[in-house]
Amino acid sequence: MENGDRIKLIILISLCREKLHELEFVNPIAEIVRAETRDFEIVNYKATSLKDIEKADKIIICGTSLADFDYLKHLENFEWIKNCKKPILGICAGAQIIALVFSSKLRKMQEIGMIKVKFDEEFFGINQEIEAYSLHNLGFKKIGEELQPVAFSEKGVEAFKHNSKHIYGILFHPEVKNKEIIKSFIKIK
Amino acid sequence: MKCALLFSGGKDSTYAGFLARKAGYEISCLITILSENLDSFMFHTPSITLTKKQAETMEIPIIIQKTKGIKEDELKELESVIKTAKTKYGVEGIVTGAIASVYQASRIQKLCNKLNLECFNPLWQKNPFELLEELIKNGFKVIIVGVGAEGLDESWLGREIDINMINDLNELNKKYGINPAGEGGEFESFVLDCPMFKKPLKLKNKRIAGNKNSWRMEIELN
Repeated sequence: MENGDRIKLIILISLCREKLHELEFVNPIAEIVRAETRDFEIVNYKATSLKDIEKADKIIICGTSLADFDYLKHLENFEWIKNCKKPILGICAGAQIIALVFSSKLRKMQEIGMIKVKFDEEFFGINQEIEAYSLHNLGFKKIGEELQPVAFSEKGVEAFKHNSKHIYGILFHPEVKNKEIIKSFIKIK
Repeated sequence: MKCALLFSGGKDSTYAGFLARKAGYEISCLITILSENLDSFMFHTPSITLTKKQAETMEIPIIIQKTKGIKEDELKELESVIKTAKTKYGVEGIVTGAIASVYQASRIQKLCNKLNLECFNPLWQKNPFELLEELIKNGFKVIIVGVGAEGLDESWLGREIDINMINDLNELNKKYGINPAGEGGEFESFVLDCPMFKKPLKLKNKRIAGNKNSWRMEIELN
């Protein structure tokens, strides 16, 4: 079914090991989606089925806490990303997952709090230096060939996009200080 | 999971604890930082000594730590008190009532990261009006014990958070840009009753001090 008018659902994938963390890492994104008057469903990555992906218009893979690395042990749950033709946005841990699916490598890279992020090119309406909220212990060591880095902090890559698909990863948390990025992603046609 | 709640006695930290419990987490102890600096960067200060009474009615042990309220010393003191909670009560996580302050949140995140603890901020980025509505819906009885912003005066002290207050805050938000959550120090609140309390707390005495747009109400409980 490719009826674009009917399929407008946004699937928010939670990577949280702890249920309580969904209030912190998924709900703020859900609120932005709601404010854009779009329907959404929240599913945990361990329970995500191909049906969820099929019925989605777009997919956002949300972040999780600093102490949570469980999602890295379940990469098989994310194989669908490789052949997915729908727009996908990965935030923090979600960006790490997308990077790994496309043969990138991670490294220790800790950033907690406000950082400066410089964009090399226009990315969801941003094309200069911004202040962003970050919360992660891991960053990117090597970005896979199908992906292209588009933003950097003094420590490393902060955002990338896929060479040919609407697939994006952002290491910082746009839902905190840069909500317009998520709003622009939701509006992709 | 056993957690310690960073507890100021106000609406945000209490509600964060309530949400944690509702999600199946155990609040094993409360941590109150009693700052001698009334303009503490990290901690809300008015009426904070009364958190002991709130802890009693919740039947949860409380650790109260005094601090001089000097910026970086506050953090060291917080670290030592969280370590105490870890060893004494075996907590694996810290729950806070942070909503929007990246300053507060990132410092506590760093501390938890260093101490190998989970950090939970269940109110993070929450719409402040929704938060106030949820408090009312869940039976929280909360009064204002301090104000510190243009548009707020001593007439707000002692007022209970109810639908009228939400309407008034909405007006002030439009007029002066006041954050209705009060997280920027616009106002300080104190919880007299909520589902976690075995018995509600009752006011015995109150004393008001301040000037212009900065007022505090010292309260005494029965």
